[in-house]
Amino acid sequence: MDIFSNLALGFSIALTPWTLMLAVIGCFFGTIIGALPGLGPSNGVALLIPISFSMGLDAISALVLLTSVYYGAMYGGRISSILLNIPGDEPAMMTTLDGYPMAKQGRAGDALVISGVASFVGAFLATVGLMLMAPLLARVAFQFGPAEYFALYLLAFCTLGGVGANNQAKSALAAVLGLSIAMIGLDQTTGMPRFTHGNLHLMDGIDFLVAIVGLFAVSEVFFFIESHGKNSAIGVTLGKVTIPWADLKRTSGTMLRGTGIGFVAGILPGAGASLGSFLAYMGEKAFAKDKSKFGKGDVRGVAAPEAGNNAAAGGALIPMLTLGVPGSGTTAVLLALLLTLNITPGPLLFTERPEVVWGLIAALLIANIVLLVMNVPMVKLFVRILSVPSHILLPGVTMVAFVGIYSLTGSSFDMILMVGFGVLGYVCRKLDIPTVPIILGILLGNAMEDNLRRAMVLSNGDWTYLFSSAISTGLWIAAILGFLAPVFLRKFLKRPEQPTEMHGD
Amino acid sequence: MKADRIFGLVLIVVALGYLFSATQIRTSFMSDPVGPRVFPYLIGIFVILCASVMVLRPDPNSEWPGLRTAMQLAVALAVLLTYAMTIKPLGFLIPTAIAAGILSYQINPKPTTAILTGVGLSIGLLVVFKLILGLGLQPFPRGWF
Repeated sequence: MDIFSNLALGFSIALTPWTLMLAVIGCFFGTIIGALPGLGPSNGVALLIPISFSMGLDAISALVLLTSVYYGAMYGGRISSILLNIPGDEPAMMTTLDGYPMAKQGRAGDALVISGVASFVGAFLATVGLMLMAPLLARVAFQFGPAEYFALYLLAFCTLGGVGANNQAKSALAAVLGLSIAMIGLDQTTGMPRFTHGNLHLMDGIDFLVAIVGLFAVSEVFFFIESHGKNSAIGVTLGKVTIPWADLKRTSGTMLRGTGIGFVAGILPGAGASLGSFLAYMGEKAFAKDKSKFGKGDVRGVAAPEAGNNAAAGGALIPMLTLGVPGSGTTAVLLALLLTLNITPGPLLFTERPEVVWGLIAALLIANIVLLVMNVPMVKLFVRILSVPSHILLPGVTMVAFVGIYSLTGSSFDMILMVGFGVLGYVCRKLDIPTVPIILGILLGNAMEDNLRRAMVLSNGDWTYLFSSAISTGLWIAAILGFLAPVFLRKFLKRPEQPTEMHGD
Repeated sequence: MKADRIFGLVLIVVALGYLFSATQIRTSFMSDPVGPRVFPYLIGIFVILCASVMVLRPDPNSEWPGLRTAMQLAVALAVLLTYAMTIKPLGFLIPTAIAAGILSYQINPKPTTAILTGVGLSIGLLVVFKLILGLGLQPFPRGWF
């Protein structure tokens, strides 16, 4: 079957000692990055993109390294959720609800192992789903013309802020801000400068990496200074870690259900790992006959969201690879990575550069297995690393951010711009304006405008061309529904209390 | 006044400036039917719409820092900007040590730990990035070695 020969190709690329070593290193550092409060998968991958590029890694190696970091960070988020009641990243928030009570009951080791296995199940099955579905979707994607792509980007923007944020106007505002920043630079079609005001540095636009690192990592420093780093003290001791086989067997159904829900949630543009974990938890609670222990240390409350968020992370890769539309904040960062490596996602990726796609899929499978093997025995080591005090960690992260951007561009202007984005990120988070749509706007703005203009060229200025095909009309309807629905569904989707402020996924 | 309203008004002003800049975009003779100005116009109008919603229906204020913390944040901002401007002429080690030290002091106000952190991070990061990862960082200012 086609899939197996492609998979064999992927493994032949990904299974070399060098890439395996990169996968192990990536998983290790990713877990640490995900576990430390204040960093997260988006931050970690964003910080490492400029560095891996400057290191001169080729496409496959950089992809393997950074996807291992990405998956590692998803695993890592649960460590601080369970032990500190602080979600390492937003998707890990649901794990705190039952994980921390379990830890307080002395079952921290059990919780960690179960979430590790659940994460593995979710991620592994999602990668299998990715293997099966992505080529199919790629074939559909060939039917997409500029009008369809424009509608698709619109759908992504409309749904992205939607379910998570509290205020639709603010998500829309964030998206439009991102788009407006993307307009700075030389216009692609006519070559005329826009909004550069004669400044040479702005001629080639604002680099999305500068924006990402500034908005995510640098703004974090301001928050930490404000809170004086009061967020890291381990209150729970970790005894001997054994594998709770009975619990694992009991939660197997939970894991499968969580995976299914999470995977579907991940594929939808605009939904991401946080939605996957949230829906999986709610679904499991609704499905369970005995709801009494949820929120007090039920193992299913740990297994479901973990399977869900890892499955969603895998599912979110599907629209990203086949259509080039990120499904969430972290996949937006992955898209940034692919663009840095000169790989344009889309249906052509599967036909022109199949070794990249299948190598990536093989790398994901390897990363999953490595993470499972590493996490169970090495939990104690990670816990020790978690106690790095924040007054060493945060300056370190900031300096890494500067080094990364500086090694990429060597320009003081870009670094000042990065600090500016850090301030913007701080202000936006204070005002409850989501920052992910800003990043999405910067990444996709030029492509979106391009498609609009191309569609108009094809139709000679006829604006109804945008709605002419069934696919594009369907996408427009989905976009409008996706934007308006959260206004009505607000009460069903109200989240439980968040312990700290984290950025959305 | 609520923060949302202030921010909304600021954005409306900025958006008006943006729209004005958009009118200055030069169109060349070889262009597509839409032209380089339409998308910026649309975006500017949208920003004004969304910012107006923010002004008319502001969310409750979240906690903004008090005066002391605001001063600290301003200092941190100044440090980061100075760092961005001095890293080129002064090399890596000195600005990093000073910046990391000051940031560390702000999070945890103990001078000796802050100084140690600053110097330690500076040297440690240099070792990791230059020697291990091979990035091109200049440790010292140009005149010196």
